Amino acid sequence: MTQEVSIPSTWRTIAPRYRLTGSKCSNCNELFFPPRGICLRCRSPTQNGISFSGIGEVLTYTIINAAPAGFQKETPYIIGIIELEEGPRVTAQIVDIDANDVSEGMQVQMAFRRYAAPLNSKSVITYGYKFVPRFRI
Amino acid sequence: MRNGHSVAIVGAYRTNFGELWDKGIRELASESIIEAINDCNNLNVTDIEAVFVGNSSASTFSGQDSVGPLVVDSAGLVPVPVTKVGGTGAAGGMALRSAFMAVRTGFYGVVVVCGLEKMTDITNPEEMNAALAHSIDQEWEACQGLTTTGAYALMAQRHFGEFGTTKEHLASVAVKNHENGSKNPKAHYRNKIKIEQAISAKITAYPLGLYDCSPISDGAAALVLANSENANRLTDTPCWIIGSGQASDYVALHDRNSLFSLRASQLAAEEAFQQAKISREKVNFAEVHDNYTIGEIMAIEDLDFFPKGQGGFATLEGQTSLNAEITINSSGGLKAGGNPIGATGVAQAVEGVLQLRGEAQERQVSNAEIGLLHSVGGSGALAVCHIISRN
Repeated sequence: MTQEVSIPSTWRTIAPRYRLTGSKCSNCNELFFPPRGICLRCRSPTQNGISFSGIGEVLTYTIINAAPAGFQKETPYIIGIIELEEGPRVTAQIVDIDANDVSEGMQVQMAFRRYAAPLNSKSVITYGYKFVPRFRI
Repeated sequence: MRNGHSVAIVGAYRTNFGELWDKGIRELASESIIEAINDCNNLNVTDIEAVFVGNSSASTFSGQDSVGPLVVDSAGLVPVPVTKVGGTGAAGGMALRSAFMAVRTGFYGVVVVCGLEKMTDITNPEEMNAALAHSIDQEWEACQGLTTTGAYALMAQRHFGEFGTTKEHLASVAVKNHENGSKNPKAHYRNKIKIEQAISAKITAYPLGLYDCSPISDGAAALVLANSENANRLTDTPCWIIGSGQASDYVALHDRNSLFSLRASQLAAEEAFQQAKISREKVNFAEVHDNYTIGEIMAIEDLDFFPKGQGGFATLEGQTSLNAEITINSSGGLKAGGNPIGATGVAQAVEGVLQLRGEAQERQVSNAEIGLLHSVGGSGALAVCHIISRN
């Protein structure tokens, strides 16, 4: 059932969503995004608040035409799995690009954007990472 | 799996699958269980020691949490103990496995399994898309607008890129399953489709189109399981469960090593085959989880019926059609048979029973001796496999 966005659940994910921070294994230095409390390689505890550059490469993508509630205004939109240059992978929207121009292997970088439209007047507006084509200087 | 009692399916029934506006959870539960009981020889309801219910999302679709008790209530089986097993698309297969383990270990002698989903009480498409996306990671996938269809589309893209799988390959799965579904009077869709029609259908999540997706269906299926002591008394045609396997994987795709195979399917199948002590070549037919056409292609590879990357080519060449090398989804699968989520794993077993008994009529697999059943939950976070045999 469609729900309004939960304020507590939004609040507790602010750091990774706003700043793309993950975690690092305190033993073997394996990196994780989203952050997780235990290393999947050696089962040691991890340390939170690790920053990533926000630069990565599109591994795979899709264009969503049949959208869930809250996303109709953006439809169609692109979602990809991005492999960050530090290794971890992120599922995110890829924006500021025409659907015909996105491709596997393309370089992207993190941008800070608004997420789904609030479903009603009581719902909070949520923000976080999306990815855009990498700027070239 | 340690040794224990041999376990047989002695009664089986599935309701029609489809948009069953006149049936709720109660009607689906009672019809499926009563007919599964009637399918046995003189099963006294007092012989039934427990009921295992497979259901994905009654809470979401109907606001009904107490679905387990409601099932035994509707089937007139109160006060028998009931356990609901969740697991999104794998819920039915997992309920079957729970029941199998209970009989195998000797805790019970006769139990009922009921897989059930009432979906069409949600009528708003966006609300349904959001409800279906409950099976993927809410915090790190669905919050971005990803849907379950989108998750399979991400895997399809990788499969295309890695192995040269095409839209035509995907379409050939849908064409075959509609062909089989046309021969199944209980199927949601009984119309045959053409490959061009499937390829050119409206896109839901690129590269997947409408005909790559299974429908939203209501339906239920039920089984009676018994140990060897009771099996021959309850039926002349017991179907023995000779292998059962289950595994999990990371919920979000971005945490998995492979984006073109489902590790949980591979592990569940390995476990089931080890128990059954048979090779892949002995399997005559399989009901696999084709919630999306790419799902069937990955399944027939992950179950090791075809080499990785060859699933689409094999399907297009007809190697998985009725009575070809291996018959895949004789029931029409989830694609044409219908996808009432928690019912599907149990309905696969019903199809398996019909095939092993030689009662599948127009869609009968000749000399069906051994069948495999395979269900997936979420976008691959759960998988369960069973191998059933006539002997």
